[in-house]
Amino acid sequence: MKILICPLNGPRNISEFTYGGEYHPLADPQKSNDRAWADYVFFHDNHAGIVIEWWCHTASSYWFLAERDTRTDNVVRTFPASELATSDGRS
Amino acid sequence: MSQVNRLPAPQGSLVDRAQTVSFEFEGQCVEGFAGDTIASALAASDLWLLSRSFKYHRPRGVLTMAGQDANTLVQLSGEPNCLADRTPISEGLQVTGQNYSGSLRRDRGSLIGRFARFLPVGFYYHAFFRPRGAWNWWSAWFRKKAGLGVVDQSFVGEGFDKQYRFCDVVVIGGGPVGMSAAITAATSGAEVLLLEEHTVLGGSLNYARAGIDANAEKLRRKRLVSEVEAAPSITVMTSATATGWYADNWVSVLCGKRLHKLRARKVVLCSGYLEQLALFHNNDLPGVMMGSAAQRLIKLYGVQPGKRAVVLAGNDEAYGVVLDLLDAGVAVAAVVDCRAEVSSDERVTAASHRGVAVMSGHAVYAAHGDHQHLASVEVRRIVGQGECASHGERINCDLLCVSVGVMPAYQLACQAGAELNYEEQSASFSITRLPPNFELGEAWDVENFPWPIFAHPQGKEFVDFDEDLQIADIVNATLAGYKHVQLVKRYSTCGMGPSQGRHSALPTARLVAQATGTTIAETGVTTARPPFAPETLGHCAGRSFYPALRTNIHHRHIEAGAQMLQAGAWYRPAYYGDDPERAIREEVLQVRQSVGLIDVSTLGGIEVRGPDAAEFLNRVYTFAYMKQAPGTVRYALMTNEAGVVIDDGVVCRLGPQHFYVTATTGGVEAVFRKMLQWNAQWRLDVVLMNVTSAYAGVNIVGPASRAVLEPLCTGFDVDKTAFPYLGVRRGIVAGIPAMLLRVGFVGELGYEIHVPQHCGEALWDALMDAGESAGIRPVGIEAQRLLRLEKGHVIVGQDTDAMSNPMELQMQWAIARKKDFFVGGRSLEVLERRPLRRMLVGFCANPAGSVPKESHLIIDGDNMIGRVTSCAWSPSLEKIIGLAYVDPASAAPGSVISIDVDGRRTVSAEVVSMPFYDADGLRQAL
Repeated sequence: MKILICPLNGPRNISEFTYGGEYHPLADPQKSNDRAWADYVFFHDNHAGIVIEWWCHTASSYWFLAERDTRTDNVVRTFPASELATSDGRS
Repeated sequence: MSQVNRLPAPQGSLVDRAQTVSFEFEGQCVEGFAGDTIASALAASDLWLLSRSFKYHRPRGVLTMAGQDANTLVQLSGEPNCLADRTPISEGLQVTGQNYSGSLRRDRGSLIGRFARFLPVGFYYHAFFRPRGAWNWWSAWFRKKAGLGVVDQSFVGEGFDKQYRFCDVVVIGGGPVGMSAAITAATSGAEVLLLEEHTVLGGSLNYARAGIDANAEKLRRKRLVSEVEAAPSITVMTSATATGWYADNWVSVLCGKRLHKLRARKVVLCSGYLEQLALFHNNDLPGVMMGSAAQRLIKLYGVQPGKRAVVLAGNDEAYGVVLDLLDAGVAVAAVVDCRAEVSSDERVTAASHRGVAVMSGHAVYAAHGDHQHLASVEVRRIVGQGECASHGERINCDLLCVSVGVMPAYQLACQAGAELNYEEQSASFSITRLPPNFELGEAWDVENFPWPIFAHPQGKEFVDFDEDLQIADIVNATLAGYKHVQLVKRYSTCGMGPSQGRHSALPTARLVAQATGTTIAETGVTTARPPFAPETLGHCAGRSFYPALRTNIHHRHIEAGAQMLQAGAWYRPAYYGDDPERAIREEVLQVRQSVGLIDVSTLGGIEVRGPDAAEFLNRVYTFAYMKQAPGTVRYALMTNEAGVVIDDGVVCRLGPQHFYVTATTGGVEAVFRKMLQWNAQWRLDVVLMNVTSAYAGVNIVGPASRAVLEPLCTGFDVDKTAFPYLGVRRGIVAGIPAMLLRVGFVGELGYEIHVPQHCGEALWDALMDAGESAGIRPVGIEAQRLLRLEKGHVIVGQDTDAMSNPMELQMQWAIARKKDFFVGGRSLEVLERRPLRRMLVGFCANPAGSVPKESHLIIDGDNMIGRVTSCAWSPSLEKIIGLAYVDPASAAPGSVISIDVDGRRTVSAEVVSMPFYDADGLRQAL
């Protein structure tokens, strides 16, 4: 079983975490046309390489971000969401 | 013939000659000693036939004596497929062979071997499929013929379980290399776990012979074992098999009926070698075994493996076998050494000095049997790779020991991502590209004879004993176009049997390489996925732990005769009494006509506090909350980014910066988590707390509820003007601090009373006492579901699915239009511009007809135009009511729809406007 390093709780078994999907900056609903909005909601990059993902330490309900290489399943680093999210969530 | 083959001590380190054990094999009483396995005890009594092979029903016997092959799979009275060379004997144990018709000795199924040429590799794919339906007949026949053991259907559960373990270093393999590695690691201060799959430490020191001194291994073992035992930081587990390596050094270890889930900082793999087969005609006859198997029989169990032996050699280890055979009183008729020149190892010299004839540059071309046991071998000179001279000589023998080469037990290393390499010149293996924190113990060098494969015109040179695959099968698979070793495996099923390619992977790689004109290094071997050894379903299941949540009022429900059901992890009362129909009907009418009590403790509760609390709720729910007045309750509908309804509840404003939000019982965990994820991005100044289990809740509901409740309340008024519908108040109820909500889920005057969790039972008791004169009674969730259906309220997850949007649910009223933003808002804007594809409508059907059920289809001629999501006979309205998705064309009240009930009859129903009951909502607002 994989170990994931939670920025708050340290290294824990992956079974203690909930996956929250790929991180993407929030789109501006006012400025997006229908197609751009549909792309934002339904299409994910599915990138082969390093992606940023949401993870939640289930027991402590702590959300953070992880950089993971989808080709090797290696987690390069994990960090608090505040590093990326600005005050209105649109970075 | 009792134990005729038993050797005197000191041979037989594992058996205790003082303790005789009798058991039954094939109905015959057999004696052995404590410490014997089934196979060793049978061999001691000269019983060599253990099983029949899978496809051709060929007689099979001891091959490895190490539990690495499928030859020894036997049936115990309660358990199939047990390894006879691993399973210890016990008094009265009943053992039979497997996979035969008639008797193990006279198996009618063995005739099938004569038709082998009509059953080529892949024949399943070619034959038996015509005419149409033929396979159904054939498959039943094959199932019977090609089965393994018999499952005991009267089996009762056994105590399997799981254990978590942690260590600095796990050393896998308790042989000399493993013991040394463990000692080294312990010396450097590490906590070490040493795993040995056999019953004792020592590995090859228990049976092999590295030199001429018969006692050298024994002494070395003694020294290492005492060092291991003296090291306090080494924990030894014997009879423990590491069956798989998973990410970050997570190792599964099977030991008895327990699965150990081990996390190690470092893995040191010292699993040694697996001795390999030689391929020649009838190489599977009982009496043909690995050299190491003969040594194990002699030294571990004190069993003479034969009377007159031939040793097929490809390396010097074979001469260790020769010396051991001689020491055990076995006549060695010849050593047939495949190598053109014999080495000068001291064991070779010693064997010659003891008068053993060595035939170098020769091979065993064929084995011949008599009474299902080896009787002679045909030895021929090797004239080229895999080619023998046209004539040779026959040597009578009842034992052929094969020692032509080994393969590292590479499985766990490769699971960890390492690479297995093969060097053609020296026919040697190496393992490279090991992951971090994974090491290999330093093993000694064993020579491999590069091509111990000798095809025979009559075939029967088995590559894979489990699946009865011969040289031609592998070659034909490549001719059929399956040129990659992985494809050959899947087409031929090679390596897919119980022994998982431990002996077939190497010859297959060699044959595929030759047939396709590539090198073995290029061909590679097939992937060896976990588990390395069989895991039972019991191991995987372990002990079952189901989390269960009980409300503080749980045993009051039991006392009242409730039938409990599990909703998520929560136990909730479904209805009270033995007759569900009657109970639910009475409970519904109770709420409509007087007063009932419903335990709503399981309802999700989330506290939202902070300067941005209202803004936060405005973003996560479709409704508006900025201007909500403290002391009021508003409906809350949650959509995801795609505009799909994912939860609902109510928002209670307790203060300017303080809200209490309810969520569905099953949805609250996900809703709370999603809220936190949103705010990890929005970074609003708000604190969220999941308080679901902090509060018990009781809904006192029905026209008489106010009268029952009023005398219990202090600190607030319950009358209509002071505490109107959709109000929230805090005060004291029956001496308990409480929060009360007036909501309309079931559509009657009612108060949802939330109190600290531990006060739930006291509140329940107080309300039951206070309501006694009014005839109060508890009401279960089945009645609650029916009550809400009469009100046309949806249950998210029952009346909605992964596509439901608020427009389909006719809940546009719950969407605030003036907000800048809420999750899903932009998508709803797009959806609203499009025509609806379906709508959720209420319907009524003839009360005399059969009641449609959830998921029954709405049909229009041959077309499916929708489905029922909720339906029941309504006691209040005395008719069948329900909710259904229908085509928008059929959604107008007055439309007639047809419901296909169980595919047997069609029920006609009329679409009606909702709610079914108290359309103006007057009763809940009393």
